[in-house]
Amino acid sequence: MPKITIADLEKIREDTKRTLNFRLGTCKAKITVHMGTCGIAAGARDILSSVMKEIEERKLMDVIVTNSGCAGLCSKEPMITVEMANEPAPVKYIDMTPAKIKKIFDSHILKNELVKEYALALGSEKTA
Amino acid sequence: MAYRTYLMVCAGTGCVANQSIKIKDTLIKELEKKGLQDEVAVVTTGCNGFCGVGPIMVVQPDGIFYQLLKSSDIPYLVEEHLIKGRPVKKFMYIPSEKEPPIPKMSDIDFFKKQVLIALRNRGLIDPEKIEEYIARGGYSGLAKALTEMTPDQVINEVKKSGLRGRGGGGFPTGIKWETMKKVPGDVRFVICNADEGDPGAFMDRSIIESDPHAVIEGMLIGAYGMGSTQGYVYIRNEYPIALERLLKAIAQAKEYGLLGENIFGTDFKFDIRIIRGAGAFVCGESTALMASIQGMPGEPRAKYVHTVEKGLFDFPTCLNNVETWANVPQIIQKGAEWFTQIGTGDVTNDPWGGSKGTKVFSLTGKVVNTGLVEVPMGITLREIIYDIGGGIKDGKKIKAVQTGGPSGGFIPESMLDLPVDFDELTKVGSMMGSGGMIIADEDNCIVDMAKYFLNFTQEESCGKCIPCREGTKRMYDILENISVGKGTEEDLELLEDLSYMVVESSLCALGGSAPNPVLTSLKYFKDEYLTHVREKKCPAKACRQLNVYTIDEEICATVGHGCDLCKKSCPDFAIFGETKKAHHIDQMKCHKCGACYDACNFKAIKVE
Ligand SMILES: Cc1cc2nc3c(=O)[nH]c(=O)nc-3n(C[C@H](O)[C@H](O)[C@H](O)COP(=O)(O)O)c2cc1C
Repeated sequence: MPKITIADLEKIREDTKRTLNFRLGTCKAKITVHMGTCGIAAGARDILSSVMKEIEERKLMDVIVTNSGCAGLCSKEPMITVEMANEPAPVKYIDMTPAKIKKIFDSHILKNELVKEYALALGSEKTA
Repeated sequence: MAYRTYLMVCAGTGCVANQSIKIKDTLIKELEKKGLQDEVAVVTTGCNGFCGVGPIMVVQPDGIFYQLLKSSDIPYLVEEHLIKGRPVKKFMYIPSEKEPPIPKMSDIDFFKKQVLIALRNRGLIDPEKIEEYIARGGYSGLAKALTEMTPDQVINEVKKSGLRGRGGGGFPTGIKWETMKKVPGDVRFVICNADEGDPGAFMDRSIIESDPHAVIEGMLIGAYGMGSTQGYVYIRNEYPIALERLLKAIAQAKEYGLLGENIFGTDFKFDIRIIRGAGAFVCGESTALMASIQGMPGEPRAKYVHTVEKGLFDFPTCLNNVETWANVPQIIQKGAEWFTQIGTGDVTNDPWGGSKGTKVFSLTGKVVNTGLVEVPMGITLREIIYDIGGGIKDGKKIKAVQTGGPSGGFIPESMLDLPVDFDELTKVGSMMGSGGMIIADEDNCIVDMAKYFLNFTQEESCGKCIPCREGTKRMYDILENISVGKGTEEDLELLEDLSYMVVESSLCALGGSAPNPVLTSLKYFKDEYLTHVREKKCPAKACRQLNVYTIDEEICATVGHGCDLCKKSCPDFAIFGETKKAHHIDQMKCHKCGACYDACNFKAIKVE
């Protein structure tokens, strides 16, 4: 390892920013994948993987992912909830597929535009 | 690789002792079994401070706090939380029986009121990875100092910040640095004091364990300011984890060129050596510490000439405490003004004018939540004890709080609204010290506690000054006499006289402060001493030799059914009675050890 320069410090910080944002829980967007027994049976694991894939491919630093239990609407699984720091209410999306996830990233996460056709309703409940 | 979840497993000394490493290993195995190893990362962190409920694990990014984990809990926890997304209530913190569990770390009172500067990275980074320290802004204070500031500006910034030594004395760090800077000569040293000899205190250990690079960066900045090229860390060998992390951190810093020659491409060079201490309290004292590094007996010398002029090997030497050093990078990075916003008083023109920043305390004794806390200066003792500490255990009444370690003083309940501030604590006869805080309740006897601390200091006295060596021993003997009913009222006067004699005629602050527990207890709890010497009674019933033990025969026969436990426990064979019938104690034979009291499950033994 050669001696590091001040520019290297900055680079290390950039590279690890995502990890740290994750640990601090600071983010622009938080995506919750509902993974109750019903969700898992309906393919929530694949949804989780595609969410992770989108984050990685787009190199997003401030989007965090968490999972939670059944949202109570088992017939509409797999579901995700998207909470944006600058939006008052979380949004629930139903019947997710990897393609739909991509679309949600394209518009909701990146452009703040809700994808109405997949949304269940604007929920007022907050996830922990 | 991006992970969705981080499991931050505490690997401070307390949690490691409670098997947290085994928990980490089980987690890794379980994650692999479930195929989650690429999604969920396990990170070992330094001490979180809430040692009373360890082993601790925090799940990020949600900040879910789990406590008292066992490795057998892990499969269930992984299944529920990480696969099904259901945080597990039964491993969460429960403030009291009547309240629901609290999922989030940030909502737990113990953490809520804390302000972290010295411990800002605790629980957030893996202390063994320099990259993670850098990711949190580490070494940018050093970069700023080396490229944007002159050495004098660095010293001035520290002076303006009002930072005062966290090792006990509270001496303004900036003034110490400035004095050292003015002494001529090329060779000069900086030392980090990690001796931490106070019983029950673990502030410095925890800082090194959770963030060793903060200490190294602080020393680098100080060395640049004062023109030193060689540093030492004097650390006790009884701190194996802290020592190992520090060694690793130094090796990493060297590899990155942050220690050595031409740091950040400038002509500043600096290196650090580690000296392991054998764990003598007196070796924490500046001149004894330096003597010990030189291979001489750890004995203090008179300080007509200060160590900043003639210290280690007779060269100018600046000694600061671990916590003091750990504050420095933040002060340089964020500026003195930021630092002065926290704390008491006004230090604009005078670094002695207040207490700025935060202080780490190890909160122990009879509080509900014991552990390590970092609080802003100026917070009241009451807030620390009740809001952070959760109040007194088992609903008992508080008697006193003892701050400043074995040479601090007792502060009575009536003074709990006192702010945490160097000068305020000294005014009432105690001191900030290095951060020990022991809470005593109504079951603690003041004589017994004073005796405990005196026993420590008389054992740790190096013996160089006769008043300290002999004086503390005599004081201990008097306290011992009082606690077994052989004390007189004149003894109290003698105790006070001896105290002042020891304070005034000892070279170092060991003797200079050892009588503090005696003096403050005599001042605030005189009545309790008087009851001991006049009535030969201990109100807290802690001095067992003054107690009379009897058996409530009714309870013994009807509730305990003459269970015989007390009889079996008595070393004097002083308890008589047939099994299933009431027992009684022969007072002539009883030596008042209290074993029967401890043995009885039915509260049938009465203490008068
Ligand atoms: C008996 C005795 C023990 C001491 N033990 C320690 C110690 O363990 N750690 C420490 O930092 N300072 C200890 N000190 C205080 C040091 O002498 C010195 O004041 C301090 O390390 C200076 O650093 P600071 O200005 O950053 O507090 C002790 C002092 C005495 C008299």
